Amino acid sequence: MSQEQIDRAIAKDYAAGFTTDIESDTLPPGLTEDTIRFISAKKSEPEWLLEWRLGAFQVWREMAGPDWAHIDYPEVDFQSISYYSQPKSMEDRPKSLDEVDPELLATYEKLGIPLHEQEALAGVAVDVVFDSVSVATTFREKLAEAGVLFCSISEAVQLYPDLVRKHLGSVVPRKDNFYAALNSAVFSDGSFVYIPKGVRCPMELSTYFRINEANTGQFERTLIIADEGSHVSYLEGCTAPMRDENQLHAAVVELVALDDAEIKYSTVQNWYPGDAKGKGGIYNFVTKRGLAHTNAKISWTQVETGSAITWKYPSCILRGDNSVGEFYSVALTNNLQQADTGTKMVHLGKDTRSTIISKGISAGKSSNAYRGLVRVGPTAKGARNYTQCDSLLIGDQCAAHTFPYIESKNPTGIIEHEATTSKVSDDQLYLCQQRGLDPEKAVSMIVNGFCKEVFKELPMEFAVEAGKLLEVSLEGSVG
Amino acid sequence: MLSIKDLHAEVEGKNILKGLNLEIREGEVHAIMGPNGSGKSTLGHVLSGRPGYEITQGSVEFLGKDLLKLDTEERAHLGLFLAFQYPVEIPGVSNMEFLKASVDAVRESQGASAYDTVGFMRRAREACAAVDLDQAFLKRGVNEGFSGGEKKRNELMQMMLLEPRLCILDETDSGLDIDAMQVVASGVNAMRSESRSFLLVTHYQRLLDYIEPDFVHVLADGRIIRSGDTSLALELEAKGYSWLDDSEVA
Ligand SMILES: Nc1ncnc2c1ncn2[C@@H]1O[C@H](COP(=O)(O)OP(=O)(O)OP(=O)(O)O)[C@@H](O)[C@H]1O
Ligand SMILES: [Mg+2]
Repeated sequence: MSQEQIDRAIAKDYAAGFTTDIESDTLPPGLTEDTIRFISAKKSEPEWLLEWRLGAFQVWREMAGPDWAHIDYPEVDFQSISYYSQPKSMEDRPKSLDEVDPELLATYEKLGIPLHEQEALAGVAVDVVFDSVSVATTFREKLAEAGVLFCSISEAVQLYPDLVRKHLGSVVPRKDNFYAALNSAVFSDGSFVYIPKGVRCPMELSTYFRINEANTGQFERTLIIADEGSHVSYLEGCTAPMRDENQLHAAVVELVALDDAEIKYSTVQNWYPGDAKGKGGIYNFVTKRGLAHTNAKISWTQVETGSAITWKYPSCILRGDNSVGEFYSVALTNNLQQADTGTKMVHLGKDTRSTIISKGISAGKSSNAYRGLVRVGPTAKGARNYTQCDSLLIGDQCAAHTFPYIESKNPTGIIEHEATTSKVSDDQLYLCQQRGLDPEKAVSMIVNGFCKEVFKELPMEFAVEAGKLLEVSLEGSVG
Repeated sequence: MLSIKDLHAEVEGKNILKGLNLEIREGEVHAIMGPNGSGKSTLGHVLSGRPGYEITQGSVEFLGKDLLKLDTEERAHLGLFLAFQYPVEIPGVSNMEFLKASVDAVRESQGASAYDTVGFMRRAREACAAVDLDQAFLKRGVNEGFSGGEKKRNELMQMMLLEPRLCILDETDSGLDIDAMQVVASGVNAMRSESRSFLLVTHYQRLLDYIEPDFVHVLADGRIIRSGDTSLALELEAKGYSWLDDSEVA
């Protein structure tokens, strides 16, 4: 990278810079080597990254999409997708909230989202970026003081190429799976975080403050590196349903927790699930994985209510001795949604521990599957896992499935698995109604109670929102 | 306040209530006794609007409203409370949370302002102490792992907080030790007022030693076959229900 490029990157106003950069052509649909060269050139990427992308593309071409998940969807035509599109120009966007889908607005209303944020979420052409600009600026200053690096991954490629080059693909290799390979070839943008040795990140990092989030689109790439003894809590997503033109989303998230470091990654995901007939929803195929070195801890907490189809298994590779992996998940499906989610805990180091708490809620005609792998390698002496997997059914047209896979190659490992399936019973509803609660409030309260163990892992403000989100997502599931 | 006329109800095609008449005025305490399976709990559920019961005949008026037309929660909003014979568990939902939500819902429907959280917690703690439950119960899941007696006290605690107009207690005294029965009795007595009425379903005359009812009724085979004062309960205790069968035949 030339000095000039660096200067330009530094000089750029964070909010404005990225956006101006994108004011350029949109690629026609289709995916060839040229597409990838174009993307890489647009981003002025170094040669090694272009090669890396092309390598991923080679691998991807030889792979087939996964067919083992418990979901059902029409084949995706990858040649009909545009892999580099500039965000909708102001003229193409809705001029005001009056032009936005009233259903969407009603949901914002219920979630209590302020008007100016509604505009931003719905993609209304507003010139002034909302309040959080100033918030974001203060926020960045404070982080800089602590030495924390937090920027878009495109920026990081320019500013911290060594860190990116060392860790990109180190946790999720390009050939890991079909969608990871595709993402590696064409990723648009995403977040980059580096916490220096011994630093406790002074605040929760949230994608909310990354203003250009809206542009990162369908192939998002996130890389979080916690150096030795550091600590970070990262929040992804937003409880408000995002309007998005792209149907297919294939993100990759890589976490690296070096010795004694701790990463807590919380997600509240509420992509558009499609209408009650299942039309128009987002397909969400995500690869999330963390690598834990000695004494490190990686904790995934997720609340998933959106998407037409979710295929997602945040995982932990417990490579270092004494490392800890946790997975707390609430996945709710309603109407015709399909979710196949779970986790993989791979124990390699001695005395590694993992905990899996999964809560699946199915309503309407939806289908909700938990798929979890616990693997104890031959070297993982004294490894322990505890898995608790609970399903809650609302109504009698939905389905819940549990697919636990256990592979133990070390006799000293202890693996415990508990699973329950329950229904929101008529008697529970009756008790609530007798005490004055309407059925919807009653169901949401029962569901919230069911999810309590997971919600208590969420950062405070997320926990409150998550509860409200479940309530809204469950609307129409009783009565 | 409550006027039940010729009420017939069935469950799963089975006739349970067969022409029940009952009149409860404001401030009155009525006790209902009767053999197992005679329809006492059914009466409570029909009044509170549990799904699955079909009313085939008759009418119920409550505070000037056609009760049978209302949804379950609307009846609760009007001030009808049923303490369940078998309260269910709601795992993970804390008692405090549940109490607050129900009190809020009832008050909101009545146009009263919601209690602030601190004020409500104080009230809840008082009610908890009044039914002689440890404060820890407020944090536990609703009825989750409660013993039989604890569930009954918990019902009573909710009744105190909701301040209903008509309290139906379905065997709240069953399965209670003597001390607990006194707790229930003093709870009810403390709540007695000119505008609040009670319908106590019980098998034991003993409860009526502590809560003196204005009327005692005997429900058998879906109808009230005898009404009287406390002496009726004493007589039943001494002679059993078969005595009534005989006298009815006579
Ligand atoms: N869902 C149901 N399906 C079939 N029969 C029912 C159902 N619910 C109640 N019954 C029957 O209705 C009759 C009255 O039941 P109910 O519970 O009202 O009796 P009860 O007077 O409260 O008795 P107890 O003193 O034992 O509590 C019983 O014979 C019972 O088996
Ligand atoms: Mg009964």
